[in-house]
Amino acid sequence: MRMFKLTGAAVALMSTTAMVHADGVEVLHWWTSGGEAAALNVLKSDLEGQGVGWTDMPVAGGGGSDAMTVLRARVTAGDPPTAVQMLGFAIQDWAAEGALADLNALAAEQGWDDVVPAALQNFSKHDGSWVSAPVNVHSTNWVWANTAIMEELGLAQPTSWDEFVAAMQAAQDAGYVALAHGGQAWQEATVFDSIAMGVGGPDFYQAAFVDLDPEALGGADMVEAFKRMETLRGFVDDNFSGRDWNLASAMVVNGEALFQIMGDWAKGEFVNAGQTAGKEFQCFRVPGSEGTVTFNSDQFAMFNVTDKDAMGAQVTMASSVMSPEFQVAFNTVKGSVPARTDISDAEFDACGKLGMAQLAEAAASGGLFGSMAHGHANPPAVQNAMYDVITAHFNGEYDAETAASEMVTAVELAQ
Amino acid sequence: MSVATQDNAASVGRVGRTFVYLTLLLFALFYLLPFFIMVVNSVKPLSEITGGNMMALPQEWTIAPWLSAWSTAQIGVEPTGLRPYFWNSIRMVVPAVVICTIIGALNGYVLTKWRFRGDTIIFGLMLFSCFIPFQIVLIPMARILGILEIAGTTTGLVLVHVVYGIGFATLYFRNYYAAFPTELVRAAQIDGAGFFQIFYRILLPSSGPITVVCVIWLFTNIWNDFLFGASFASGDAAPMTVALNNLVSSSTGVKEYNVHFAGAILAALPTLLVYIVAGRFFVRGLMAGSVKG
Amino acid sequence: MTRDSSVDMRTRMQEFLPKLVLAPSFALVLLFVYGFIAFTIYLSFTDSRMLPSYGLEGWENYSKLFRIREWETAVTNLAIFASLYIVICTLIGLLLAIFLDQKIRGEGVLRPIFLYPMALSFIVTGTAWKWFLDPGIGIENTMHLWGWESFEFGWIKDRDMAIYTIVIAAVWQTSGFVMAMFLAGLRGIDNEILKAAQMDGASNFQLYRRIIIPLLRPAFLSAFVILSHLAIKSYDLVIALTGGGPGNATAVPATFMYSYTFTRNQMGIGAASAVIMLMTIAAIMVPYLYAELREKK
Repeated sequence: MRMFKLTGAAVALMSTTAMVHADGVEVLHWWTSGGEAAALNVLKSDLEGQGVGWTDMPVAGGGGSDAMTVLRARVTAGDPPTAVQMLGFAIQDWAAEGALADLNALAAEQGWDDVVPAALQNFSKHDGSWVSAPVNVHSTNWVWANTAIMEELGLAQPTSWDEFVAAMQAAQDAGYVALAHGGQAWQEATVFDSIAMGVGGPDFYQAAFVDLDPEALGGADMVEAFKRMETLRGFVDDNFSGRDWNLASAMVVNGEALFQIMGDWAKGEFVNAGQTAGKEFQCFRVPGSEGTVTFNSDQFAMFNVTDKDAMGAQVTMASSVMSPEFQVAFNTVKGSVPARTDISDAEFDACGKLGMAQLAEAAASGGLFGSMAHGHANPPAVQNAMYDVITAHFNGEYDAETAASEMVTAVELAQ
Repeated sequence: MSVATQDNAASVGRVGRTFVYLTLLLFALFYLLPFFIMVVNSVKPLSEITGGNMMALPQEWTIAPWLSAWSTAQIGVEPTGLRPYFWNSIRMVVPAVVICTIIGALNGYVLTKWRFRGDTIIFGLMLFSCFIPFQIVLIPMARILGILEIAGTTTGLVLVHVVYGIGFATLYFRNYYAAFPTELVRAAQIDGAGFFQIFYRILLPSSGPITVVCVIWLFTNIWNDFLFGASFASGDAAPMTVALNNLVSSSTGVKEYNVHFAGAILAALPTLLVYIVAGRFFVRGLMAGSVKG
Repeated sequence: MTRDSSVDMRTRMQEFLPKLVLAPSFALVLLFVYGFIAFTIYLSFTDSRMLPSYGLEGWENYSKLFRIREWETAVTNLAIFASLYIVICTLIGLLLAIFLDQKIRGEGVLRPIFLYPMALSFIVTGTAWKWFLDPGIGIENTMHLWGWESFEFGWIKDRDMAIYTIVIAAVWQTSGFVMAMFLAGLRGIDNEILKAAQMDGASNFQLYRRIIIPLLRPAFLSAFVILSHLAIKSYDLVIALTGGGPGNATAVPATFMYSYTFTRNQMGIGAASAVIMLMTIAAIMVPYLYAELREKK
């Protein structure tokens, strides 16, 4: 690789700087909200109990993109953190640079290969070696619903696209906002993700978003998916643009809106408002996408360190991350489900239990896919090019046919 | 105060003055509005914000968000509030502003009173340097800080801020000294005063107002910088803005807007203070009549 | 003899010293600005993605750049934003400075009020503005609650108008600072000139138009340089206020550059956009600076 020169120098410098953190781990992450940090603190105290110090390096913002910028500055300066919270393709990119440590010995000892779903391993392993420890699995194709409105209008959980549309129509006629939505590119992509899965199923999803096959990208299913987005656009209030996702969740919590399509982190908003899964609010898969799970997974990627103590600390941390206790403690707070499938669901609420069962099921049946909207289906360049088209279409810039053909062009330019 | 403006004031009629006051008051309202929104929402419980009118006064007043932002809010894995990061920012901003202002003053002095062939080109090059987008600086700068072994330290951050502050500091002092009578400098030279003596004895005593302007500018920019702070000094050395950003832009957690606004005002207090305190000296300096166009 | 040579030494020292004082700044600027610009130009011809890489691929990045629609939007937006922002800020700054210079009671209170927005970071003032401009919870809603039902202000949600809301917030932030620069200029004007003009029977308006405003030329230069620098670098503002939306309607080159360099791992295209931006800035600033600086000689 041409980047060898730089990376080589960076690696050489790492050895000198890693000495500084020899007695512990330096962790770059963006989990700074109350619940997330509380969950992370479980890991920190666990490590400190084992004599491993924790140097905290939080950089929030842009769904982790600010942290990734900082990481690049740190690596270029020759001073990478020991462990970094990472998503999807970033892990593979850094592994390809030769910057990540090898966790194979630990993984073999603890049998990670057997308990982590294969779709997740695609991201945690590079060239057959474990380079990162997965913390959680967020699934993104959920609908969050207000029970009171559903009961008032006599609605059951919709099981097909048509029923979903009918339910939203009923809510709109009754003066509610049918679909709470925040007009930000990633939120629109999150909705689109589930809709596309619903229209074309796993094969289409694979062809369009993973294999980037131009025929699938510009094909009839894609056009249909965009048409469904137009339908959804009709059920969104006028004020959606720029709204943060949690304010959209608040609309469902407060009984202003019937549904929201959002990942499982939205559950935290309901729980914080004192509501209980299955009672005041409900969760179900986006109609059409049942049986499949689109996910994103936070992982701790371990950077190369040469100092023996630092390597020891790193292995201890990876081992703690994968321990069932941490996986339960973290994920009950975060709304996500554990990254290993052999964990008891006793501590989880109704939506958590459902999520865990469906994850295992989808993993077994081949319906578990990395989410395009959250950077687990294709590299960031392609992902953001898709964002551009999806959000431009949702905001009325293109019609469905143009959007599908723009999708082909945008993906081509991004490669 | 100038005689001319007094005459102006006398000749502008009553209607005119009312109009002047009215305009100024309207603008004052415009400037205060966002601050009002921030203050009002920082003393409300969260439920009143997400459920209600953001312009309304709180039904229930609370200072809990302020306490939380200062000492218990979640910045990283420990709930430390903004407090520890405050000193990091001070340690960064004070040396950077002092060094940069001194360099700027000397540069301005050289460029106006000790002119040489090509000085305008050098000034032009320095001025144009203000326009470099910081996004492209990040990677090469990280490399150089790494080579100098000051990556991730406050020293490194001070260096970065000094480098990108020089252009503006030089611009301010050059424009100010350009209006300063060169005859005084020449006279002192004939009396045998040296380069630094002239600067120290003649120009410096009357540089109060421009120093204030330059300090305000540098202090604000450096204090509010996020990109460099996050990239070159995160973790324990992180400045206040990085901490504030961690407070307000957590991606998938609950957003406590009242705490965010309280934190934002806390983070801005030093700069606000500089504006209010230095603003007064600014006027005094002008009143002393040391500025001539 | 000895005296002569020491005088000679001194003179030479005096000639040498100013350049010596200027040298470190100049060296820093050469390395950290022009060196980095050269590096960026080089990167724009390489296939750099996540980290800098050194494989040259010619004009590829530039040809891709001009096929990306968002770039076109970003450039148009910057043109609209920068010209409106600079003009409006200058006008408001000048107006407020002239008005404040009329022996106003309470100047000491008004001045910091005009100035303080500059002190705040946009990381959170952006949120306050976003709320204020949001029709659902902001000014429009408040007007409705106060009984003005037909009031409408939904620019921030409108693809064609959203860029103007960014102008409003940006003007709010910096016009006070511009005011301060003009005020300093006004107070620095020699009274004798004004008195003479008034004796000649010049009216107030003429006085300002013919004499005072032309005398404020250095203040105009500083204001122009500062405002254009802020306009080009506007990043926090856009991210906080609209995040580039609705859709991509408010993308500007700075957000584009950051997004391609760091979020999308297309560092080559990011570098190419930076080079185009720098060239544009140079094309506008160099003639202006040349004219301004040459006249002063």
